[in-house]
Amino acid sequence: MLESLYAWPLLESTHVLAIALFVGTAVMMDLRLLGFAFRKVPASAFTGRLLPWTRAGFVVSLVTGLLVFYSNPLRYYHNVFFRIKVLALILAGLNVWLFHSRIHRRVSQWDLDPVPPRAARVAGMVSIFAWALVVVTGRMIAYNWFDCDLQPQPDFVNWAAGCVVEGAGE
Amino acid sequence: MLLPFFEWCESTPIATTIQNSLWLFPVIEAVHLLGLCLLGGSILLVDLRLMGAGLTRQTIPELNSQVRPWLLGAITMMIVTGVSLFLSEAIKCYYNQAFWVKITTLPLALSFTFLVRDRVAREGAYVNAATRLTGAASVVLWFIVAAAGRWIGYS
Repeated sequence: MLESLYAWPLLESTHVLAIALFVGTAVMMDLRLLGFAFRKVPASAFTGRLLPWTRAGFVVSLVTGLLVFYSNPLRYYHNVFFRIKVLALILAGLNVWLFHSRIHRRVSQWDLDPVPPRAARVAGMVSIFAWALVVVTGRMIAYNWFDCDLQPQPDFVNWAAGCVVEGAGE
Repeated sequence: MLLPFFEWCESTPIATTIQNSLWLFPVIEAVHLLGLCLLGGSILLVDLRLMGAGLTRQTIPELNSQVRPWLLGAITMMIVTGVSLFLSEAIKCYYNQAFWVKITTLPLALSFTFLVRDRVAREGAYVNAATRLTGAASVVLWFIVAAAGRWIGYS
């Protein structure tokens, strides 16, 4: 993968553009959940009519992201930003699951509220925070500041990156 | 002919401050990406609607006016961070094909959005061939801007 001239940039550009599609549309829905925008649009219009586009973007970024990871798994595994990104993805995923399994079940009770109930607002806020963290840490993976082969690093960094450092613990 | 201008750009205080910092460029770049997401969402919401998809229960003019402040915010965010990134590596950009693709498509995309698409969306009572074409053209134009922008980093 890394050897081919255009495959990697193409893969990564697709990853970035798919993220712009899915995080972009997800954030629009979050703004509705927070009551910051689209107050006259039923919340269910977002979850019903816009979500398929969000999902499509997510699937493309997931597949391209996995391929990028697969091109150099060890480098990513030991990258601090990658590790934070995975945690942020888990947080975002849990939030999606909680929102759809609980809050959205009762959407008919608050569908037309200009400002949705507190639980929906919290889900919208967590979503914006988690996806923004995914985007920022994802971009930062490219920087090798905290890589294991750049020693010395503070103990905390080596711990967070899971580096095996010679002479450590003596 | 333009090279002296690009050299001047790289000598501005903003450019040198970014160059002399280890983390300033990555941080501005990350904010630029967050802006891209916001821009992508606010552009697509209206483009999809113009093509008869997405939030079809809203009228086109309603959706257009509700998205507008977020679109303007996203574009402001992109221009402020984008100009800063450009200043810090202006000479690299001068020799970069992707940069020239982006910088020539961007004014097209911006003027199309505010001169053509905005008018179509304000007056668009129904989805028809004209609105579909407008939405599709907008997606294509902004796709080229974004893809070329990402490509600046590969050469």
